[in-house]
Amino acid sequence: MKPHRKQRLLLIGLMLIGIGLAATFALKAFNENLMYFFSTTDVAEGKAPRDALFRLGGMVVKGSVERPGADLLVRFKLSDFSKEVTVEYSGILPDLFREGQGIVAMGRLDGRGVFVAEEVLAKHDENYMPPEVADSLKKAPEAE
Amino acid sequence: MSFIPAPISRFFHRTASPPHFYTLADKLLPWLTVLFLLLLIPGLYGGLVMAPADYQQGDSYRIIYIHVPAAWMSLFIYVLMAVMGGIALVWRMKLAEVMLISSAPIGAGFTLVALVTGSLWGKPMWGTWWVWDARLTSELILLFLYLGVTSLYGAIEDKRSAARAVSILALVGVVNIPIIHYSVEWWNTLHQGPTVSKMDKPSIHISMLIPLLLMAGAFKVYYAIAVLQAAKLELIKREPSAQWVKNLLEQNA
Repeated sequence: MKPHRKQRLLLIGLMLIGIGLAATFALKAFNENLMYFFSTTDVAEGKAPRDALFRLGGMVVKGSVERPGADLLVRFKLSDFSKEVTVEYSGILPDLFREGQGIVAMGRLDGRGVFVAEEVLAKHDENYMPPEVADSLKKAPEAE
Repeated sequence: MSFIPAPISRFFHRTASPPHFYTLADKLLPWLTVLFLLLLIPGLYGGLVMAPADYQQGDSYRIIYIHVPAAWMSLFIYVLMAVMGGIALVWRMKLAEVMLISSAPIGAGFTLVALVTGSLWGKPMWGTWWVWDARLTSELILLFLYLGVTSLYGAIEDKRSAARAVSILALVGVVNIPIIHYSVEWWNTLHQGPTVSKMDKPSIHISMLIPLLLMAGAFKVYYAIAVLQAAKLELIKREPSAQWVKNLLEQNA
């Protein structure tokens, strides 16, 4: 390779390394803001903001969904498999909302430590399969 | 000293000469079109008709047969553009500049398709058209990078210096590509994690995976067709008074 080409190649390499490093540091600095939601453990450990709107993500605990009144109020527990947080929401839930499904709720903590949601979004998982396969997967652990 | 063997280097130099590339593209295009249809038709039929409905999402999940290949292409084309930019800067190869600039509108198109289809799916499934999570935001930045490449090229009169500026922009922007890909793993996002590129076996049933891979292949070939046509036009626009263009006109007259 000709020397001036080698020099340009080196220059491009250095430029890419520089930009990569700059981006890494910038992303590290903004790490908190890039999190779309807090986990339920964050809330239990007091890492989530008090008296401010934030998003809370987790799995809807099986058997925890209840409708205490005749209105749209729904109460359920969210979990990340270590800590649980009770959520209250009044409104229409998305299609994919069901027990055992991941969701992201936006709202704030009230005095009782209950998360009052203003918006509930379903978080979809990365598994795709036909219903028959899902059924047989569900049956498998019961057979054991 | 060169680390590229002489015959390969010779092959590249010959292919990179505009008249040779032009005739090669003309020869390749019909074959690529046939290949495209061979992948597209079974891919669409398999994805939209034969593949079973999903256990959670029902038929709505079928948007992945457009959304996922388009999103893959949006990343793939950008990486290709950055490589072309590097070649254009180091070796001053005209064809690399032409390929870079011809790829940008196609990449922007794929990015837009990925964003729009994702949004259409997001409303019924997530409950919202758009959220500012890391995956969606970084993909939107990618769209602006593509548009930036096209507008920067158009804004500079002298096309050789325009190509140099665009090559640098393409190389700088490539830092966004790993961010898009890993955004769903590094941060909590509403967008789900990767399905197909996981290290263990893909978490998608085989009957749904095969049409998806066929569609991904079809999109790749479509890109090849589109970029070759755009590059042919760009080559003529670059050298309207070159001898080979005159010969070409006489042939067709």
